[in-house]
Amino acid sequence: MVHPSDKLRRFGSRSDGRKRCQVVRTINGDWRHGPTLQWAGRLHLTLWFVSHSHLAPPRRAPDSAAQPAFSSTQRSPERRVISSVIVHQCAMASLISPYLSVPTAPGRARLAAPGAPRRRRMAVVRAKIREIFMPALSSTMTEGKIVSWTAAEGDRVAKGDPVVVVESDKADMDVETFHDGIVAVVLVPAGGTAPVGAPIALLAESEEEVALARARAQALSQGQSKEPSPPHATAAPGPPPPAPVAPQATKGIATPYAKKLAKQHRVDIAGVVGTGPHGRVTAADVEAAAGIKHKQKVAPPPPPPPAAVGPAPPMPVLPPVPGGTVVLFTTMQAAVSRNMVESLRVPTFRVGYSMITDKLDALYEKVKSKGVTKTVLLVKAAAVALTQHPVVNASCRDGKSFSYNNNVNIGVAVALEGGLLTPVLEDADKLDIYLLAQKWRVLLKKARMKQLQPNEYNSGTFTLSNLGMFGVNKFDAILPAGQGAIMAVGASRPTVVADKDGFFSIKSEMLVNVTADHRIIYGADLAAFLQTFAKIVEDPEILTL
Amino acid sequence: MQSTAAVSVSASATASRGGARSEAARRPGGIRVCGLRGEALTCPSLRISQAPARLAAARAAAAANGAVAGSGGGFDYDLVIIGAGVGGHGAALHAVEEGLKTAIIEGDVVGGTCVNRGCVPSKALLAVSGRMRELHDEHHMKSMGLQVSSPGYDRQGVADHANNLASKIRSNLTNSMKALGVDILTGVGTIVGKQKVRYGKAGFPDKEITARNIIIATGSVPFVPKGIEIDGKTVFTSDHALKLESVPDWIAIVGSGYIGLEFSDVYTALGSEVTFVEALDQLMPGFDPEIAKLAQRVLINPRKIDYHTGVFASKITPAKDGKPVLIELIDAKTKEHKETLEVDAALIATGRAPFTKGLGLENINVVTQRGFVPVDERMRVMDADGNVVPNLYCIGDANGKLMLAHAASAQGISVVEQISGKDHILNHLSIPAACFTHPEISMVGLTEPQAREKADKEGFEVNVVKTSFKANTKALAENEGDGIAKLIYRPDTGEILGVHILGLHAADLIHEASNAIALGTRVQDIKFAVHAHPTLSEVLDELFKAAKVNSGVSHSVNEPVAA
Repeated sequence: MVHPSDKLRRFGSRSDGRKRCQVVRTINGDWRHGPTLQWAGRLHLTLWFVSHSHLAPPRRAPDSAAQPAFSSTQRSPERRVISSVIVHQCAMASLISPYLSVPTAPGRARLAAPGAPRRRRMAVVRAKIREIFMPALSSTMTEGKIVSWTAAEGDRVAKGDPVVVVESDKADMDVETFHDGIVAVVLVPAGGTAPVGAPIALLAESEEEVALARARAQALSQGQSKEPSPPHATAAPGPPPPAPVAPQATKGIATPYAKKLAKQHRVDIAGVVGTGPHGRVTAADVEAAAGIKHKQKVAPPPPPPPAAVGPAPPMPVLPPVPGGTVVLFTTMQAAVSRNMVESLRVPTFRVGYSMITDKLDALYEKVKSKGVTKTVLLVKAAAVALTQHPVVNASCRDGKSFSYNNNVNIGVAVALEGGLLTPVLEDADKLDIYLLAQKWRVLLKKARMKQLQPNEYNSGTFTLSNLGMFGVNKFDAILPAGQGAIMAVGASRPTVVADKDGFFSIKSEMLVNVTADHRIIYGADLAAFLQTFAKIVEDPEILTL
Repeated sequence: MQSTAAVSVSASATASRGGARSEAARRPGGIRVCGLRGEALTCPSLRISQAPARLAAARAAAAANGAVAGSGGGFDYDLVIIGAGVGGHGAALHAVEEGLKTAIIEGDVVGGTCVNRGCVPSKALLAVSGRMRELHDEHHMKSMGLQVSSPGYDRQGVADHANNLASKIRSNLTNSMKALGVDILTGVGTIVGKQKVRYGKAGFPDKEITARNIIIATGSVPFVPKGIEIDGKTVFTSDHALKLESVPDWIAIVGSGYIGLEFSDVYTALGSEVTFVEALDQLMPGFDPEIAKLAQRVLINPRKIDYHTGVFASKITPAKDGKPVLIELIDAKTKEHKETLEVDAALIATGRAPFTKGLGLENINVVTQRGFVPVDERMRVMDADGNVVPNLYCIGDANGKLMLAHAASAQGISVVEQISGKDHILNHLSIPAACFTHPEISMVGLTEPQAREKADKEGFEVNVVKTSFKANTKALAENEGDGIAKLIYRPDTGEILGVHILGLHAADLIHEASNAIALGTRVQDIKFAVHAHPTLSEVLDELFKAAKVNSGVSHSVNEPVAA
């Protein structure tokens, strides 16, 4: 009796259903994706142990910087072997900002900085404090939520150790560090959210740098409250400004939780007036000093995304419904909401077209047994039509130009429990319907398990939404950001049709409605595209070629 | 503090000893298990060198005693045990099984520290703290789709639960001994001479009995370093803390061993903030360093706990006259004053000291060492000249070998085996230990540094493998994926040197490993044993399977091994 999950179990993989997305940023900064997801959990463990048992003694040495054999510059070639293993098999994201210079050693860092990128990395290696920042997983992701910190402040981490689990709009992800060091400051606690690119923690190379990193964190937080700027664009600010002078009412006695909170919110505990028993500083005092209400999550205000044209209008908040329940958006739902509101800034229009699908239906009956679905046929038809009308496959990214796409990547809207995803069939024009169908099955499965890789849901150039299976006869779709057009397909229904000779007959008719960005796609473009599409649907033999 | 398992084992054993073994053997499914168990019990196994000559000598000695006969033979009792804690109780039950006429002397309450002021009531408090933790962990609850509105607790209710549990276990223990015909003699026992004990009110031992063999099982009391003033209200030991008369807002716990760690779990779950004071440079000094590191990440850092390491609490003054509890900290090395803490309460959990005063050891030329009764590997008491005192044994905390309730019980059983004419040496490395925090920590055998030191000395190789609870279905279903299991073994022979677990129900999981060590089962054999799916035990299954051993399978699993 072999248990279904036996295989998973044997290899120590996560069998919790919610697979984590494994993504790696290699040392050069490009993204790769682990091919063997099921094994990733185990491999990750193994690697961690390997690195731990081999590296623990030198790392535990109090002054490892003094041992030349283990200085970070010399270690990198040998360590890269490990990291390449991670890249190919384990696959987790590594997100250390390479741009941070050190406040106390500006000369050293700057010396190397003006050089070529490669030389810049050399400077990075020498830099003592590094930022861990919120990774960008998709073009639609503007902020991420920290699910948990696997490393705590003061923990020593080795390159390859997972340090944090981030929930993006589509998946949970382990983030690993690419550098050895000590997690000096956690800037965004678990449960908090941070905009993409914002620092979420600082990594110090040695004990001595921890204090330096703390000071830097303080400077960062103050800088951030003044001007929410892209995190690594600004040069390192000078020494931290002196703590605000406050009446020293206490002997500096603070409870353990108060100290923790103070660290978290970067409140100088010496300046907090204690109101607890015997004048001690309590958690409530620190919260008051940090200006936060109880239980409120603290997250730095998200800076406007770099691609944004202008600030989004503030959302009016309606009073709560009495007696109703409020359920907060999940990250995915929040992403959907954001994208939908975003689309309001695009001037769209719609063109509808009805087409006879008898032949398509007949073709479908023939290929059904090979696993080809109606959706796949429609995707293929749209892709073929798009190759003849490249403008419909284009997008307007800056309001003043056409961005033509080399590939025809068709996203297909899929309803998920509690959300909506658009897995993308890449190069739909080039693949035959059988390959497409196969690919689609894989994508669908991944989408349901929240396992999609970023390029599998955000590389679309055109979207197809089919509600035909529900019997819907027509609807219109909202244009997703970054695309030129979206096609809404209704059901095929038997309809009485009169032909040009005046003969009546009953044919299956399908209504197709396309929403497009009028800045680049005009009525005639869309009409011509639809005409081509209808021709293909009405004579679908071309699809099987 | 940690022997609930041992207690319940011996308590239930009461019912099952007698005819249960043969009865169970008749049950179809139980045959193999019973075969194994029978063998383990009757064969004087557990890592004994069974040199026939020695065995014969032991038999001869026992025969000379006449102990095997089971009658008094001129003595009032075959066996008198001083102290009715878990150790004494375990010894008494086994003595009855071996047909010895047995009495047990108790000057306080039956059950000793474990049942009344240790493991048992603390488990009640920890059960409460575990549930409070779950209910308060909104994120955890939400991820399982549960909604709970503001859970709270009634301190007296929690305290009553602990107290009720203790009295229930105490009466179970008392009844089990009465039912088997063990005489429970009330009073403080004093050894007045060879095979002679007097007992009665403290200071006035008025009744004298003779016994062929005597076991000292007087246990221990909380150790309070000098400079610390205990008032039982704001500065107290585990004895008071278990009554849970108050839940302070901020409590300092002096000592971060498992007693301190368990109480930190209880107090933080009930809303207190905790400050640890640890004399060594690291929290949880007794644990495997890797486990301690992870434990700190799971049990300390996310909670309302801070700590001072490398410091002694040189002076602790209870709260009075509107002043809080004052704790003076000095550097453990330089002895310089470092800081003064002001807290609401302080729990002294700096270990336990043997309770051996008034035993009359001077009457038989025995000198205690720091209070501990010196014994050899067979728990035979040694006198001041280093000679074995015949017919006198000491088990449990009083001898200081391994201060765990179930270790005391095992030592007691070992002693009874010997006086029944079967030589027996207990392998202390096979005795598991557990810390019942949330999640739990458990261990058996050597820590990694100990194993490596031994390996260096004896010239063998040591391998370490680990598995994670994150990969375990059951743990994930419970949403409790934090934790690891770690196996330290010899790759050349497959011998298990140590196993350490941190994770959900770790304390219940360790026994597979401790039994393997006790029975000498090798990794290459146990890895073929089957574990039900999905269970937490698969964490160990994977652990054994992950271990690479250079020698082949030594025994088939179909033939139970006891070597």
